[in-house]
Amino acid sequence: MSAQTADTVAIEGTDLPAEIATAARPHTLRRLLRRPSAAVGLAIIVAFIGVALFAPWISPYDPVATDFAAVRKAPSAAHWLGTDEIGRDVLSRVIFGARASLLAGVVSVLISLAIGVPTGLIAGYAGGIADMLISRMTDALLACPFLILAIALAAFLGPSLENAMIAIGISATPAFIRLARGTTLAVKAEEYILAARAIGNPPWRIALRHVLPNIVPPLLVQATLAIAAAVIAEASLSFLGLGQQPPEPSWGSMLNTAKNYIDNAPWMALWPGLSIFLLVLSFNLVGDGLRDALDPRHA
Amino acid sequence: MLTYLVRRIATIAPTLVFVSMLIFGLQQLLPGDPAMILAGEERDPSVIAHLRETLHLDKPLPLRYLYWVRGVLHGDLGESLRTQQPVLQLILEKLPVTLELGAFAIVIALVIGIPAGVVSAVKRGTAWDYGANIVALWGLSTPNFWLGIMLILLFSVTLGWLPASGYVSPFEDWRANIASMIMPAFVLGNAIAAVLMRHTRSAMLQVLSSDYVRTARAKGVPERSVVLKHALRNGLIPIITLGALELGTLLSGAVLTEQVFTIPGFGKLIVDAVFNRDYAVVQGVVMFTATAYIVLNLVADIAYAVVNPRIRYQ
Repeated sequence: MSAQTADTVAIEGTDLPAEIATAARPHTLRRLLRRPSAAVGLAIIVAFIGVALFAPWISPYDPVATDFAAVRKAPSAAHWLGTDEIGRDVLSRVIFGARASLLAGVVSVLISLAIGVPTGLIAGYAGGIADMLISRMTDALLACPFLILAIALAAFLGPSLENAMIAIGISATPAFIRLARGTTLAVKAEEYILAARAIGNPPWRIALRHVLPNIVPPLLVQATLAIAAAVIAEASLSFLGLGQQPPEPSWGSMLNTAKNYIDNAPWMALWPGLSIFLLVLSFNLVGDGLRDALDPRHA
Repeated sequence: MLTYLVRRIATIAPTLVFVSMLIFGLQQLLPGDPAMILAGEERDPSVIAHLRETLHLDKPLPLRYLYWVRGVLHGDLGESLRTQQPVLQLILEKLPVTLELGAFAIVIALVIGIPAGVVSAVKRGTAWDYGANIVALWGLSTPNFWLGIMLILLFSVTLGWLPASGYVSPFEDWRANIASMIMPAFVLGNAIAAVLMRHTRSAMLQVLSSDYVRTARAKGVPERSVVLKHALRNGLIPIITLGALELGTLLSGAVLTEQVFTIPGFGKLIVDAVFNRDYAVVQGVVMFTATAYIVLNLVADIAYAVVNPRIRYQ
C-alpha cells in the first residue's frame, strides 16, 4: 500500500531487511555477544528478568501496602527511591512493575507471532486469492496507527493488563504477517524447495518442514524489536488507564499518577520512566545486534 | 503515469473496505447487549431505544454493517453519546490543534534528523557517527510521555521558562501559542527525528558509494558540494514515503503528548471518548485516522513516482 515493499517491515522506525540470512547461522549467540552494545543490552534484560522473577524476595516492602505516615517522602535510607502519594515504596513498585512490562512485552509478541507467522506463511506459500485477501487485510490493519488501534481495542475489550496484551498483540500482528510473507516468498524461490517439491512432498510438509525453519532468523530479530515496542505500548496504555489497573504496580500507571505530583515529588516519575527507557533500550540494542549477527553482510 | 495512478488508486479500495469491516467489528467486541453498554451507566430506556433504532440492532449483522458504511460514505460517523454532536464535527473541531502540533513536531524532526543522518553517514565510524546513533537510540527508546513529564519538571517547575500545560490559539496570542507548543512538539518530534536519522544515514551511505558521486569527486567537485548537491538530493527521495508512514507515529504520539500537556486536540478526543465510553467517537476517530493514513500514503506514493520515474514503469 506504499512504497514500503513487502520485503521490509518497520516497527517503531526500524527497518528490517529481508536479506537477513534466511537460514539459521551457527554461532549467532557468540557473534551477538561479540558486539559490546548487544552484550550490555542482553545483560540488562537478564537483570530485569531476574528482578521480575525474584520480586517478592528482593522487594523491601509490599508494593501495594500504604503508609500514610510516609506520604511522598524523598529518597532516604528507609525508602531508597522515595514513596508515592499514599506512602507506597517506589522501589518495591518499580521492582514489581517489571513483571507487568516484561509479561506484556513477551505475551503480546507471542500473540503476534502465533497469528502473524502462520498467516504470512499461508499468504506467501499459497499465493493467489489467499495472498490477495491476507495482504489487503494486513494493509487495513497497518492503516490504523499502532497505538490508536491498541487504544480502540483495549477500550472495547475493557481495561486490564490481559486485554492490553491482546490489544497490543493484535495491533503488532500485521508487521509479522508482512515479514513472514516476504521471507516465505524469498525462501520459496530457493532450489532446495524445488527439490523438496520434486521428490513429492505435500505443500503443508514443505511449508512446515522446509520453509518455516528458514524464515525464523528474521522473525527473531523482528520479535526482539517488537518486544521493545510492546513494552512502550503497555506503559502507554497503563499511563492512559487502559492497562494494569490500580493498585497493582505498572510503570505506566505509576507515571500517570506521578505527573500530578511532579512539582513536589519528582522521584515518583523519575524511576519508573528510567526503567521503561532502560528495558526498551536493551531490547533495541539486542535487536540491532541480532540483525547484524544474522546478516551475512556483517559476517 | 495515468496507468500507475489508476492502478494505485484501485488498490486502496479493498483496503478501505477491510478497514471499515475492522472498525465496525470493534463494536462486536463489547460483551452483552451493545445498546445497554453504549447507553452508559444511566441506561435511560429512551436512549437505549434510540440506540437500537439508529444502530439497527434488530437487523442481521451484514445489514447493520451496510447501514453503517452508507453513513460513513455520507460523512456520518455517528453521534457522540456525551455531547450529542456529530462525530465528524467533533473531529474537525479538534484536528487543527493536532495538525499544528504535528507541523511543529515535523519541523523539529527534520531539523534534528536529517543533519544528524548526513553527518553520521559522511563521518562513518567516527565519534560523530557513534554520537548520532546514540541520539537515535535514545529517541527510539524514550517513552514520549515520560520525556514530556521530565521536560515539564525541568523547564516549567524548576526553571519556570515554559507553561506546564494548556493550549493558546495562535489567533489569540501567537507568542503564548509558541510557548505552549515548544515542549509537546519536541516530545513528539524526538521519536520521528530518530527514525529520520536512521533512514537518512542509510540512504546517504548508499548514495555516497554510487558511481555518480565517485565521478563528481574524481572531477574535483568540493566535498561539501558532493554531499549537499549530489548525494543529499537523491538520498532524500525515499524520505517522502517515510514522511507519510510516520503519520502513524505522529498520531499515536499525539495521543500521549496531548494527554501529558493537556492539549485539547485529536489525541485527547479519543482518550476522553474512551473514558466516557463514547464508543461512536472511538470508532469515528479510528476510521478517520485510517482513511487519512491511506490517502496520505497514496499521495506520497504518487509524489515518489513523480520524482522517481523508475517506480511508475515497474
